[in-house]
Amino acid sequence: MDEVEPDTEARRLAGQARDRVRFEEEALALADQVYRVARRMVSTREEAEDLVQDTYARAFRSWQSYTPGTNLRAWLLRILTNLNLDRGRRIQRRPDETPLDEGDYYLANRLAEQAGEQTLDQDRAVERLSQDSIVNALAGISDDFRDVVVLVDIGEFSYADAAQILDVPIGTVMSRLHRGRKALRQALAEEAA
Amino acid sequence: MTGEHVPCDKCEELLHGYLDRTLSDEEVAQAEEHLDGCDYCRRRYRFEDSLRTYIRVAAVERIPTGLMARLEQLRTDGPGAA
Repeated sequence: MDEVEPDTEARRLAGQARDRVRFEEEALALADQVYRVARRMVSTREEAEDLVQDTYARAFRSWQSYTPGTNLRAWLLRILTNLNLDRGRRIQRRPDETPLDEGDYYLANRLAEQAGEQTLDQDRAVERLSQDSIVNALAGISDDFRDVVVLVDIGEFSYADAAQILDVPIGTVMSRLHRGRKALRQALAEEAA
Repeated sequence: MTGEHVPCDKCEELLHGYLDRTLSDEEVAQAEEHLDGCDYCRRRYRFEDSLRTYIRVAAVERIPTGLMARLEQLRTDGPGAA
């Protein structure tokens, strides 16, 4: 390549190419984290793979709409969540899902009961929950609840980021998180029985 | 700090807020004062704390290597191409 002074347009294109490469590398570095969230939002591994692949295809096409320095992981999850919605959601609520009016010690108490403990052995109780039971219980709660629980309790997003990702008010995030956690723990109590 | 001594029911209501750090100072004081003297609630707070960690860990699946390869392929013409 000649060391001729590049004109403005060539310089601009080279800069843009560098920006795109940097964007792609940063985005790909987050793929494992994006997949981790996607996998728990949908039923099957196949769905998760398709969703993540479509998300990255769209992300790479519209990379210039991302503002450098802002939360790229949230930006990607926003795309993913929208794509997931576009696919047509499953039923909003399971027909047999009656919200329990139990308190927040419910799961602990049920586990103690099942183990025949007078006094809760809190460490043993958690250990008795299998990985599968967590996955199954999550898959069983309604979509709206699961989205928030997955984003906040697994993806570790803030309420504000989750609200942006889902395009709902922050109050809705907090309400769905509270109810979603309750539903999840109820499902875990049933799984462990 | 003056405040009421709360019963276990109330301490139970404060559980998630306590762990999320969304309680008011007064509520934190109420929870901690109760927990200091209540083994029943202390065990349940610890259970929920451990449960949250466990959920985070147990729910994780790593990205399949095949998918990662396909994502790399989505990059137009490879790095650096204009």
